[in-house]
Amino acid sequence: MTALLEIRNLRKAYPGVVANDDVSLTVQPGEIHALLGENGAGKSTLVKAIYGLIAPDQGQMLWQGQLYAPRAPNMARATGVAMVFQHFSLFDALNVAENVALGMDHPPRLRDLSTEIARVSTDYGLPLDPNRRVGDLSAGEKQRVEIIRCLLQKPSLLIMDEPTSVLTPQEAETLFAALHTLKDQGKSILYISHKLKEIRALCDQATILRHGKVVGTADPQTATAADLAELMVGTRPTAIARQVRAMGDPILTVQKLSLAPRSDNDTPLRDISFVIRAGEILGIGGVAGNGQDALLAALSGERSSQGDSIDLTGTPIGALGPTARRALGLLSAPEERLGHAAAPAMTLTENTALTGWDRSSLARGGWLNWGKAQQLAQDVITRFDVRTPGPQAVAQSLSGGNLQKFVMGREILQDPKVLVVNQPTWGVDAAAAAAIRQALTDLADQGTAVIVISQDLDELTEIADTFAALNEGRLSPTHPMADLTQEQIGLMLGGDTPIMCSEISPPEAQNPGPALAAP
Amino acid sequence: MIRLEQRAAPAQIWTFATPIVAVLLTMIAGGLMFAALGTPPVQALKTIFYDPLFHPQFASYSRPQLLVKAGPLILIAIGLSLGFRAGIWNIGAEGQYIIGALFGAGLGLAAFPSESTILFPAMVAAGALGGWLWAMIPALLRVTFRTNEILVSLLLVYVAEQILARAAVGFLRNPDGGGFPGSRNLAQHSGTQNLELFANSGLHWGGVAAIAAVIFAYIVMTRHLMGFQIRVAGESPRAALFAGFAPKRLVIFCLGFSGALAGLAGLFEVTGPAGQISIDFNSGYGFTAIIVAFLGRLNPFGILMAGLLMALTYIGGELAQLTLSLPGAAIQAFQGMLLFFLLGLDVLTNYRIRLARRRGA
Repeated sequence: MTALLEIRNLRKAYPGVVANDDVSLTVQPGEIHALLGENGAGKSTLVKAIYGLIAPDQGQMLWQGQLYAPRAPNMARATGVAMVFQHFSLFDALNVAENVALGMDHPPRLRDLSTEIARVSTDYGLPLDPNRRVGDLSAGEKQRVEIIRCLLQKPSLLIMDEPTSVLTPQEAETLFAALHTLKDQGKSILYISHKLKEIRALCDQATILRHGKVVGTADPQTATAADLAELMVGTRPTAIARQVRAMGDPILTVQKLSLAPRSDNDTPLRDISFVIRAGEILGIGGVAGNGQDALLAALSGERSSQGDSIDLTGTPIGALGPTARRALGLLSAPEERLGHAAAPAMTLTENTALTGWDRSSLARGGWLNWGKAQQLAQDVITRFDVRTPGPQAVAQSLSGGNLQKFVMGREILQDPKVLVVNQPTWGVDAAAAAAIRQALTDLADQGTAVIVISQDLDELTEIADTFAALNEGRLSPTHPMADLTQEQIGLMLGGDTPIMCSEISPPEAQNPGPALAAP
Repeated sequence: MIRLEQRAAPAQIWTFATPIVAVLLTMIAGGLMFAALGTPPVQALKTIFYDPLFHPQFASYSRPQLLVKAGPLILIAIGLSLGFRAGIWNIGAEGQYIIGALFGAGLGLAAFPSESTILFPAMVAAGALGGWLWAMIPALLRVTFRTNEILVSLLLVYVAEQILARAAVGFLRNPDGGGFPGSRNLAQHSGTQNLELFANSGLHWGGVAAIAAVIFAYIVMTRHLMGFQIRVAGESPRAALFAGFAPKRLVIFCLGFSGALAGLAGLFEVTGPAGQISIDFNSGYGFTAIIVAFLGRLNPFGILMAGLLMALTYIGGELAQLTLSLPGAAIQAFQGMLLFFLLGLDVLTNYRIRLARRRGA
């Protein structure tokens, strides 16, 4: 049998980094082939070469035995390659059919196209109304628009880049069923992911990339998740060590916190209420774009709200700015490391002063004490094993994982009462991710209330004591993590209320409790 | 074919090398232009860069002019550079320069013929206040109505010019001047004059203020929280918000500071080299200072050097017009080349040039 796609010794280098080095891979017809690897392993570069977005430096590709060198995506599409990107390219103001028509070279009449979309969506079990405005769709439905747009081209190979990152578990199930239908029709799928569970459930063959090189192939049906993880990361993952701890008094009470959207595409916050106690790790799950950034900004003080909507040990802080909140012990670390949590071209010493100038008394009478700031930066580097030449290195010279360790360490060493983090291990290598999770757990062990906003459910299952889900700017009631099944979490992420035997700390009934003495 | 390839990190060396390479390239390209105009290029360049300082006949006049012209350029450029680093664009220093001169001169003329020793310091304060007030107009409009400070500050230059013209022929006109436009000559009265501190040095109080501003700006930018806020805001506005630095306060500070320094420059000019308020009192220092600020890489000591260099090309350019009969436009083109090459070479800080043949796919 001729392979559908064969890649031989492909190499692509960017300044300072070899993204793909001697990569070979074969996709058979009717196969779901997993491309597995950590962030930065070179998966995206490889599929961009297949889709004609970049030209490889060396190596060749064969399509059904013929030399294949696409110079642009339209050549790839003409050959039979379609790709669903992680980020959507859709116009919110147009409806589904209009969006699909915009991507076509010779679109049929809209009415015919709508019929076609409806037919394809039923065939593959991906429900979608062609006449709905895209702006009103959920992330999962938007992804269906992209998938159906691809399927209308009748591709032989469908490339999917991290498709489940925007899906609830239930939506992912629907997607997997559709992918199986495609496979049964003899189509091939190249499936990019770093989630082992879904690869084992879905794929026939896996190619594992690490640092731009193929480090192995495996049959996901027979290989264990630990085997795959070891291939992907290079070491066996270690479990998080944690103490059994008793929760303390409530520290932070959020009551009916609402924020208006700042633009048409911004998610508002709607009546968010929760309570977090000392020593508790509250995991806030949610599919991307459901208000995570707004929630972090509202808690960090970058966006102010009604004064009494946020209460820190008896002090209303909703109207206070970031500096005043830090002084009271509420610290935070936003999702975007470069450009938000840290200034890219500034040194680690300067970036330490960024959030520490007031709380860690790095400035006296307006004059900065750079020696003290450098000392604190050095402490962070040593204590959190940040791999860098030293505090004088600029933030953008650090790898994602090291910079994230620095950002986390900077806040943790400033002795927070409450720490709010958004996507603490996003785009971070496995060793750094484990170190960060351990650090957050240790911090909670010492009595800090930690709020982890994350789209990674495995991460929340691993470290969170309690769980709430963010959906379209609304926060579900909080439940103990241990009481929740995967299915119940999925329902919460989708905005439904699962039937629970226990429900803890309904914010309306909760008193802030005795205020802790401020230092 | 030539390709530009992004560097992994900005090249430190090019940050310092670009001004030097730009000056050299300007000399080459300018030399070619002078040759095309029929002037020997080496002689033209010597007239512009060397003669103002060392020519046996002209240097005695033109050497002091160097500090006279560089002083206001540096003083204004230092003020502008703080805002420019934070992404706050005061383009209207020329207007603040005029209003500062009017405020200071107005006070001096109101007190005329007082010879009190506190009069001149009071005029200096009034000059700074005038520039500060004029800059507060774009600042307050921006923080309250989110108007664009580039447009507002620029358009206010033309308003200031109208006020200047009105003052010169109207309310500040010399009552003993026989009806001619222009105020009394402040440089001729001991209470209001700003003379050279050392004979034939060209250094007056404006030059002293410029040097003080360079040192002050350096210390504020490296040691003070305000300078740190300015750098963070320019480098990464979202990180500045996250740090809790209020952008509005920064706008007020940066526009106010640059306005006050421009006002000071105007005051020192009107009491010294210019001597009086006249219709054409302003001579474009406020605009040229923008070039000086960028030529100096927004770095205080860089601005010091750039101000001296820019003053040199002005004086040398005038000399070249006089002795070599070069057209004034050629000198302006020469100065334009300097900015062109500087900004063009800037790309090398973040990119490297690769000469590469396209490989067959």
